[in-house]
Amino acid sequence: MEKLRKIVNFYVTGFQNLPPWGRALWAIILIKLFIMFVVLRLFFFPDQLQNNFESDEERARHVIENITTP
Amino acid sequence: MLENIDFTLVNWSRGQFALTAMFHWLFVPLTLGLAYIMAYMETMYVKTGDPEWKRITKFWMKLFGINFAIGVATGIILEFEFGTNWSNYSWFVGDIFGAPLAIEGIMAFFLESTFIAVMFFGWDKVSKRFHLTATWLTAIGASLSAVWILVANAWMQNPVGTFFNPETARNEMTSFWDVFLSETAVNKFVHTITSGFVFAAIFVIGVSSWYLIKNREHLLAKRSIVIASVFGLISSLVLIGTGDSSAKEIVKTQPMKFAAMEALYEGQTNAPLVAFGILGDETDHKNLNADSEADFLFKIEIPSMLSWLAYGDPDRYVAGIKDLIQGNEEQGILSYKEKIIRGHKAQQALRALKEAQKTDPNGEKAAALKAKFRDPEFIENNVQYFGYGNFYHPDPEQIEKNAFTMVPPISMTFYAFHIMVMLGGLFMALFALFLFLVMRNQLHNKKWLLWAAVWTIPLAYIAQQSGWIVAEVGRQPWVIQDLMPTMKAVTQIDVESVMTTFFLFAVVFIGLFIAEARIMIKQIKVGPKKKEDPNNV
Repeated sequence: MEKLRKIVNFYVTGFQNLPPWGRALWAIILIKLFIMFVVLRLFFFPDQLQNNFESDEERARHVIENITTP
Repeated sequence: MLENIDFTLVNWSRGQFALTAMFHWLFVPLTLGLAYIMAYMETMYVKTGDPEWKRITKFWMKLFGINFAIGVATGIILEFEFGTNWSNYSWFVGDIFGAPLAIEGIMAFFLESTFIAVMFFGWDKVSKRFHLTATWLTAIGASLSAVWILVANAWMQNPVGTFFNPETARNEMTSFWDVFLSETAVNKFVHTITSGFVFAAIFVIGVSSWYLIKNREHLLAKRSIVIASVFGLISSLVLIGTGDSSAKEIVKTQPMKFAAMEALYEGQTNAPLVAFGILGDETDHKNLNADSEADFLFKIEIPSMLSWLAYGDPDRYVAGIKDLIQGNEEQGILSYKEKIIRGHKAQQALRALKEAQKTDPNGEKAAALKAKFRDPEFIENNVQYFGYGNFYHPDPEQIEKNAFTMVPPISMTFYAFHIMVMLGGLFMALFALFLFLVMRNQLHNKKWLLWAAVWTIPLAYIAQQSGWIVAEVGRQPWVIQDLMPTMKAVTQIDVESVMTTFFLFAVVFIGLFIAEARIMIKQIKVGPKKKEDPNNV
């Protein structure tokens, strides 16, 4: 438990003592992750095969149809 | 038939993937290489106890951090695209991509959250050795997490160690080691990682040169140039070696890519290497046919060199673009027409199996067709040409015309390859020259040379992107060599949605790039911390 506390404290102190350029980078990282995982992933990048088909069998049939249609 | 393909959708999907992949690749090489440079510098600090080494290490670590922070998670977008824009492809590759990408993501996460945290937060909190270990593990971890995606890409170029399951329409790994240690995978991994080392060396020399121009940080600059030059030189030698072995492997597994790299239309023995060439407008023939010829406005050739580089024998025949399409019985080259017919049979068998399974899944017909896909003869004669079947047409003459469309963009492949090689040579010369001059203390007053080093940094970016253009444009029309053409890998979605995300990415990336450039340039101008506290060593 003591070890875990030290590790958590290590990270907390590290973040608290970030220089201004470090804080700017973290802001960029968080904004970037938000845009990617919330905006882009949710609204623009649905998993087509997972969402549009119920089973692997249906997915396989769909893909076979696509890749073997002349 | 080919006329049913919506090439607008295919090309926008390709453009979107190219944009995101190239953006991701702006940051990865510097991470890969700079990690080792700063690990070595920190080793010097721990070994000598000289606080200047600590100061130098922390400076390059800061730039590493900036590059890493902007680049982090840019690769995730590519995975999103697999599921949305390339669903046929992502299904078809099965375990080959799924597991490696998952491992890469997990490794990268643990790397970032542990070793990098110790690297940045742990100065003066953990022991010198512990901190040094974390820095080395950051460097090694970054390289290791790149292994997986490079192995997956190598499989796209040379699909080995797998079995195509006709029931699931997925490729299943039959031998992990065949996939992981294929000639393509080993060459690709070593070549790509060491290209990152060369890139980082150029970056360090360029930034250090700027300090010498400004008459600042002489010790930092000179020490950094020595380390980077040696690192760059050794890496360049490895790069040349793996480039050579890659070419020898590509001539066997992707001969059309090899021919495009040299714009070689007509195969020949004693094939010359084009050391330098300017292609004419007719190179990317709109209607390539049996009478088409190479179109060079100017070229400098080295006689027999291409045969020698490809096979180690100047008298060996190197197949040209037309040989590969039309076939060459004398050289044992099967024509594309024949491959198309064979691939079509494999595709027809797959469709027949699906029909049989729908009507009578346990019947004899289904069982016989399933067994066919396990028959080594059918696999060797037909399944291995599966993707060629997509160029089939009932009219044999149309098959021949379709065959002539199965050529990558020749001028793009040619120029990307030659630019990459020429710049690689330039970088090596720069490393040797700078090492020589800095050891003699004759570098700091040669302003023109120092500026040349600064301006070599953008050239290093160009070399990096050129290499991937050779790899990925040169493999067209294939997304998986011989098994799946790019046009069949695409999800059939509205082209407008692809265009929308393309421009969304463009805007986000421009913003990120500007942010990185501003922070990076500012911190370079600020330079390292004035002096390390000598009591804090």
